[in-house]
Amino acid sequence: MKADPIGVRTGTLYLDGDRATAEGAIAAGCRFFAGYPITPSTECAELISERFPEVGGIFIQMEDEIASITAIIGAAWGGARTMTVTSGPGISLMMENIGLAIMLETPCVVANVQRGGPSTGLPTMVGQADVMQARWGSHGDYEIIAYSPQSPQEAFDFTIKAFNMAERYRTPVIVLLDECVGHMVEKVVIPPADTIEIEPRRLTDAAKDEYLPFAYGDDLVPDMAIAGMGYRFHVTGLTHDERGYPEMSVRCQEWLVPRLVAKIRQNADDIIEFDEENTDDADVVVVSYGISARVSRMAIDLAREKGIKVGFLRLRAIWPFPEKRVAELAKKIKSYVVVEINLGQIYYEVQRCAAGRCETLLSPHAGGGVHDPEDIFKVIEKGAKVK
Amino acid sequence: MRREIRITGFGGQGVILSGVIVGKAASIYDNKNATMSQAYGPEARGSACSTQILVDDKEILYPYIRKSDVLVAMSQEGFSKFVGELKADGVLIYDEDMVNPGEVKKGIKVYPIKAQRMAETDLGRKIVTNIVMLGFFTAVTQAVPKEAMVEAIKTSVPKGTIDLNLKAFDLGYDAFE
Repeated sequence: MKADPIGVRTGTLYLDGDRATAEGAIAAGCRFFAGYPITPSTECAELISERFPEVGGIFIQMEDEIASITAIIGAAWGGARTMTVTSGPGISLMMENIGLAIMLETPCVVANVQRGGPSTGLPTMVGQADVMQARWGSHGDYEIIAYSPQSPQEAFDFTIKAFNMAERYRTPVIVLLDECVGHMVEKVVIPPADTIEIEPRRLTDAAKDEYLPFAYGDDLVPDMAIAGMGYRFHVTGLTHDERGYPEMSVRCQEWLVPRLVAKIRQNADDIIEFDEENTDDADVVVVSYGISARVSRMAIDLAREKGIKVGFLRLRAIWPFPEKRVAELAKKIKSYVVVEINLGQIYYEVQRCAAGRCETLLSPHAGGGVHDPEDIFKVIEKGAKVK
Repeated sequence: MRREIRITGFGGQGVILSGVIVGKAASIYDNKNATMSQAYGPEARGSACSTQILVDDKEILYPYIRKSDVLVAMSQEGFSKFVGELKADGVLIYDEDMVNPGEVKKGIKVYPIKAQRMAETDLGRKIVTNIVMLGFFTAVTQAVPKEAMVEAIKTSVPKGTIDLNLKAFDLGYDAFE
């Protein structure tokens, strides 16, 4: 299905990453937004509130972030494509009901424009320390999909992807921006609507008296009924059977939760996205994402000028993590250098997948700014000296 | 060639809009890469405020200023905060009614203008001070072609104020001999 032209502002715009996220959402068919303003994500909500009257969307400023995530889950079951956006303390408040969206298999998008933390931390300044929270922040076992744009253009592109994956796998998807990308203004090219592919909702065509809301086929994703289609069904955050009724038993938990995890894991190759450069002869491979990926490239150029063989693995999707590729490359390189604005998060993932086959080094940053390329270079230099 | 430009003043002077106009002019109407970003305090008005614009033919990797080529100062506080990051042969543009630069390091090229006074007396509208500044900046630095700046102004200011803003731009542009 193609994008509805009414929501696509085709042309060349000069936009920040927050607003590009908003344009991506509207282009992808988002017509319900509930949110609570918080720096540095507010520009996204502002633009949505301006644009929604033009496209017939509903914008609600909620009383807080808990209400915001809950409202978008409800709206998704009402048939809307939905999103909320937040940052810092706001994403922490949303965590419980991100789990609800996972348990109810609700397609929705949550954008988190990462700022420095913990707590209120650095409201107007950059961080990348919510990466593990995106993966594990809600209680219980689950898998998540998260994208990490490095520019406003990618904020637009990846938000559309996020909506599509949310529909395909019936799951919340996180767009994990950082303040730097959120507030940076660059050229954003918005293509014509008929070139934007939109994943339709997986609506059931089962007979009214035979519909089972959590029955599934080979791809492990159930078809959805939404309010108003005439189906009677029940959804709950409690462990539930294929009818959607609570059944709190080992048997039912074993039937439900492994499938919620497997529907992402078994389709991971369809979701995983990364850019790989110069890894063929590399001694060192830099792994990075978001704004840190751009800054890393400067350090890589510096290192290559000095004759160090450096490759680059840039994560476009952070979750699911490209485990297989990281494990393969580990066999033939001396070391990984992970560059991120935190004190070690993806670093541990890389180390886990490298499993001792090569060294894994971290170029950390506590937040509030981006790395000095010289600092990254020094870690690359150290990585090249590994025996 | 990468050029690093800083515009600074108080919140409410249109500093951020000025950054958007320069960046848009360079990237959309002059086909270069231009990354603009902003820094501001928690207050909406009156606090120190600045924008940085990086312009390059190549892809912009590092998103912030390291050593600026140009500083445009519309407040004393902004001037004091950012004069130190100017390159040894950088360009300093400032509003003389708002900034007293004192002793400036040798090598820095200094261009004063009375932008706010010109906006008030010649156009009767103090609000376009930032656009007078942009006209002057364009003439002095030639960092972005004049035509590109004009297009960017037309698509960035509120409808109904385009003529006023273009007059303000010309006023600043023509102030540079």
